[in-house]
This record gives sequence, C-alpha cells and structure tokens, in this order.
Amino acid sequence: MAKQICYEDIEVGTEITPLAKIATTRMLVQWAGASGDFNPLHYDDDFAKAMAVGAPIVHGALKRAWLVQLMTDWIGEQGELKRLSCQYRGMDYPRRMKTREEPHDGETWWCKGKVTKKYEEGSEHLVECEIWVENGKGEGTTPGSALVALPTRSGK
Amino acid sequence: MAEGSLITDELRKLIGVSSGPIVSKVEEGAIQRYAEAVGDPNPLYNDPDFASKSKYGRLLAPPGFTGWPIKAGRPTERLFESLAKAGAPPRGLDGGIEFEFIEPVGAGDVLTATTKIANIIERETRLGKTMFTTVEATFVNQKGNVALKSRSTLIQF
Repeated sequence: MAKQICYEDIEVGTEITPLAKIATTRMLVQWAGASGDFNPLHYDDDFAKAMAVGAPIVHGALKRAWLVQLMTDWIGEQGELKRLSCQYRGMDYPRRMKTREEPHDGETWWCKGKVTKKYEEGSEHLVECEIWVENGKGEGTTPGSALVALPTRSGK
Repeated sequence: MAEGSLITDELRKLIGVSSGPIVSKVEEGAIQRYAEAVGDPNPLYNDPDFASKSKYGRLLAPPGFTGWPIKAGRPTERLFESLAKAGAPPRGLDGGIEFEFIEPVGAGDVLTATTKIANIIERETRLGKTMFTTVEATFVNQKGNVALKSRSTLIQF
C-alpha cells in the first residue's frame, strides 16, 4: 500500500493522485448486478434512445463509486472520508467489447481532484477537495467535492 | 397547479412523505462483488482476514455501499413508483448525490433505511421542462447510530 498521507503533507492546490478507469459494456452489467440498479438505460439501446441519451450510458452511481475510490486510495487506511458529493452532468458512453474480456480501443476516464481548503476543527484535521471525472476529451462530466479527515505526523 | 406545470397537485402532496423503514443486512459476498464491480482492489473490502485485523474488525464496505438491495429493499424504489403514479414525467435520469458518512459500514451490519421526498422543483433546461426531485435517505445501524445520510436528485422530463 502507498505511504500514509498526513495533514502536514498537503496544501491548498495539492493534486490528488489521479485514478484511471475504462468503462465497458461488460463493466456496466457487472455494476448493475452488484449495485442492484437494473435500469435498462444502461444496457438497452432502444430504451436509451427513448430516454433521449442516444445510447446506453455509464451509471452515475458507478462514476460516484470511482470518485469514492479516488478519495479512499489517496487518504489511506488512517484517513476518513466524511462527505462526498457529485453531479452527473455529462453523459459517458462505455467502450464496447472486442473479446469476452477486452474492450475495443477508445476512451479512458480519469478521476482527479485537488485540495481547496485545509483546517482544524476540534481534534480533527480536515481537508476539502474539488473532485471530478474527466472523459477521454479531457472534459469534466462529473464534478463534485469531498471532505476528509487526515492523521497528523505528530499524532495530535 | 400553475399553468403547464409539471408538478401536479398529486406530486406536491408527496413532498415530505417518508417511506420505509427498510432493513437490509450487509453481507460479506455482496461487499466483495461491489468492490469488484468498481474495480477497487482495496484489501479492506476484498480480504476478510486482512480486514478483520484492521481497526474495523470486519470486512469494510466501500463508503456508499449499504447492502445488496433486492427490489423490495431498494429504498428509493417505492418513492419512484409513487412519483410515477402521481404523474411525474416519464423520462428519468440520476442527477447526482451528496453523502455524509458518519460511521463505517461493514459485513454483518444491519442497516435500517428511511427515505423522504424533501423537495420537488421544476426548471426549464436543455431537456425542456424538467422536474428535480430531492430524496433524502438516512441509514441507522444495529447499534442505533446513524451510519450515513444521502441526498440524491432525480431528474425527470
């Protein structure tokens, strides 16, 4: 596991270690089963057209789960994710499958973020972050924010 | 009801209405399948032995996972059915969510969820007349403590 990040290690503007994701049609099926969201918007071409999104789209909640991973990877086992929010602004379309396991070439998504504020409250060392998911064109489709508590080097 | 408003009197009556409580147990296998679907290899969510030696003492659920929701147990399912019955527009998209994580959730926990339609508003968007419904959910664990809260937005047009 990566070295534990501490409150003293970060400043406003510090970049959160980016996390790459490739959404595939296979992944959306897996997410549907694991999350219990069986909305055909995410696997039925005709239904997605009728819903005015053109083709099956990546679940907003899956992108949210990626952002949770972005944060929990970064804060490590001793960090604590206290709040996370995001908005599903832009549609994302999964890569189609070439083989059972391998998707076609195409977009890679990046989960990114940066520190916007750090402060102490009571005994806690809190850090606010702006976070987002970026599509293959570098456009943010899923903006959000997170609040985390980090340990300190001094342990106080 | 305003002229041409999407928000019918029946919909307006749903504001403030709660549903639940719905009880679900957070199962180890469900946590592992969820973590696999996210593509998150964190051993706290995947390796019960590793996790049992951590400060959490059991397989931890990724923040936001509240147990495997069979249809009857999906907290928002009935609310959406009641919105449809009250005349909500037919096309729906998930608009986003805000989470407040208060206590860790892990394998063996029993969560009791209650949900409430906090607000319904309408706005003109690029989709045309669009209705935004805010749904609040609170999850209480077996110790009687609030483990997490969420506020999600449903977009209908």
